[in-house]
Amino acid sequence: MRHAAARKYTCVIRIIPISALPSRIPPLAITAYTATSAAARGNDALADALATRRSGLRPNDLTDLPCWIGRVAGLEELEFPAQLARWESRNHRLAWLGLEQDGFHAAVQRAVERHGAARVALVVGTSTSSIGETERAYRELSPDGHLPPAQRTSRVHHPHSLGAFVQDVLGVQGPALTIATACSSSAKVFASAERLVRAGIADAVVVGGVDTLCGSVIYGFNSLQLVSTEPCRPFDAQRNGLSLGEAAGFALLESITVDSTAPRLIGYGESADAHHMSAPHPDGLGAERALGDALARAGIDARNVDYINLHGTASLQNDAVEAALVARHFPATTAASSTKGWTGHALGAAGILEAAIALLAIERGFAPGTINSRALDPACGPQIRRDNEQRRVRIALSNSFGFGGNNCCLAFAAADA
Amino acid sequence: MNGSIRMRIEGIGICAGAWCDWDTARDALRHNREFDAAQATRPSPALLPAAERRRAPESVLVAIETAQQACSMSKRAPADLPHVFACAYGDLPINDYLCATLARAPLDVSPIKFHNSVHNAPAGYWTISTGCRASSSAISAGDATFATGLLEAAVLAHTEAQAVLLVVYDVPATGALRDVVDCDVSFAAAFVLSPIGQAQDGIADLRIDVRPGVLAPEADVLHACGVRNPAAHCLPLLAALARQQQTTLQARLTPGTILTMETLF
Repeated sequence: MRHAAARKYTCVIRIIPISALPSRIPPLAITAYTATSAAARGNDALADALATRRSGLRPNDLTDLPCWIGRVAGLEELEFPAQLARWESRNHRLAWLGLEQDGFHAAVQRAVERHGAARVALVVGTSTSSIGETERAYRELSPDGHLPPAQRTSRVHHPHSLGAFVQDVLGVQGPALTIATACSSSAKVFASAERLVRAGIADAVVVGGVDTLCGSVIYGFNSLQLVSTEPCRPFDAQRNGLSLGEAAGFALLESITVDSTAPRLIGYGESADAHHMSAPHPDGLGAERALGDALARAGIDARNVDYINLHGTASLQNDAVEAALVARHFPATTAASSTKGWTGHALGAAGILEAAIALLAIERGFAPGTINSRALDPACGPQIRRDNEQRRVRIALSNSFGFGGNNCCLAFAAADA
Repeated sequence: MNGSIRMRIEGIGICAGAWCDWDTARDALRHNREFDAAQATRPSPALLPAAERRRAPESVLVAIETAQQACSMSKRAPADLPHVFACAYGDLPINDYLCATLARAPLDVSPIKFHNSVHNAPAGYWTISTGCRASSSAISAGDATFATGLLEAAVLAHTEAQAVLLVVYDVPATGALRDVVDCDVSFAAAFVLSPIGQAQDGIADLRIDVRPGVLAPEADVLHACGVRNPAAHCLPLLAALARQQQTTLQARLTPGTILTMETLF
């Protein structure tokens, strides 16, 4: 049925004008960042899990569906501060846990002192926000079809609940928005943030992404036959679908004059496939445009890229299209991998989680490989690696592709790249 | 601070109640006729293939219809335009369906309803039906969704020196979501915004500015429109444009920042 729909659309696609490449942008310093996922709480534990190839995936114990999930342990038992009780939801618990790692919360306080709260903007990404709370309320509807009284709060039942919650916790007062473009959401936050700074609207931007496992995504992806019954095997010739995960991650972007030694955001590209709601363009045209725009904004060539954290969901179509894209554009010296075998696919939080992994690769001098995969798909070029590698990473990319054919490619660099 | 951006409004689209295009809305606003949600008709955007027009959710129909109108007025090709789709609540009828189905029989979730539930579904259908591969975003900012969407689109047009499409829409809540969502009518509007110097014609200039400050509710004209839909917060701006009124409007972006909008003719 989906393919029938795709054919209908093909006939109305018009000739795409060749658009000019974007201009180079001034880099921004990433003065703090952190990620929490099934693999680890915070950056040190994440680097350790990556180095020791320890997966965070486990059999699904959140719903009845037989599959593997990347669940962040201990969220339900977490002591959630009483003053935040009105925000109660699994998603906000994970957001709060994520904000408390790696001194991130304190770093934002220092940025507020430097620039003033109104000059610190907030751009976060999510795909389902706290809909898990809405699902819970629907399981407890009154006989006449109303939400239980305790759930009649508008705070947790809409997409921007996440942005409003993080804003409340951090006390930042600049423009605040939630981007919800499915699995590219928290990659695109970097692009919006860079523009807010370049336009003079903000001096610092907190970016981030939080998504939690819930019925909507587990049963929704299952309905599309995209969920594997075993731990996902990105780029494996025998891969058979993804493992869903959850994560919270944040980064703080400021002028490089604030910290000239911090790693940098040097480029990004955003694009649409104009092809299908839940399948990638077979030739990767949208992804290719995002990549080309990211390299152009960074003022670099594909040959300069040391490591790429791929979208690599382990779905049949994504990995085939992305492997071909990498093989077409990059030399054999570029290392590329998917880290979803460690974390599962964190959906709207995948962009920030994998941006953090790209930044760790730069700062700690290693390129993670790919776990769970036994024999790589023949479509993979020499760039796609199973093994971890100790190496200097000066420039790293991160790919994120979402439903609706929504693509984002980010480019990061060491300060001395 | 230098947060001021001036741009040209090249095209407007609207799909709300009895207003099915800018001419109808402009006429009503000029004559101070009240917005009437009761006479709404299901839009049928020509860009969508017939089968999609029949089965597409209302959110997709109203967003695409208004986007198409605004592009047509601007005489710009939709395929060229980066776009920002701003919606406070997402597709409420689909969320109601998903939550109700998950509570009853989770394995029955429809794959089409699931992929249509993503916040960027209308933007995705827009790119598919126009062949647009430019940057495509879908945002939400609660009560400040219109003001924040306008800022996001203006910043994109300004920094990329490129015309941008902004679509603001929300559709009414259904089922138990009506208990918690303050949205009971459908409202959608779209704007093509271009950087000054690249404008091809158009309706008016708009200068926006972000400044620190706390806006008293009575000063926030965007909340004074009386229509229970966050997208309708653009009504005071539409009224000023319809009446060709040089004016300054203010909207709360966050508890500590204000968006100022100045219309210039």
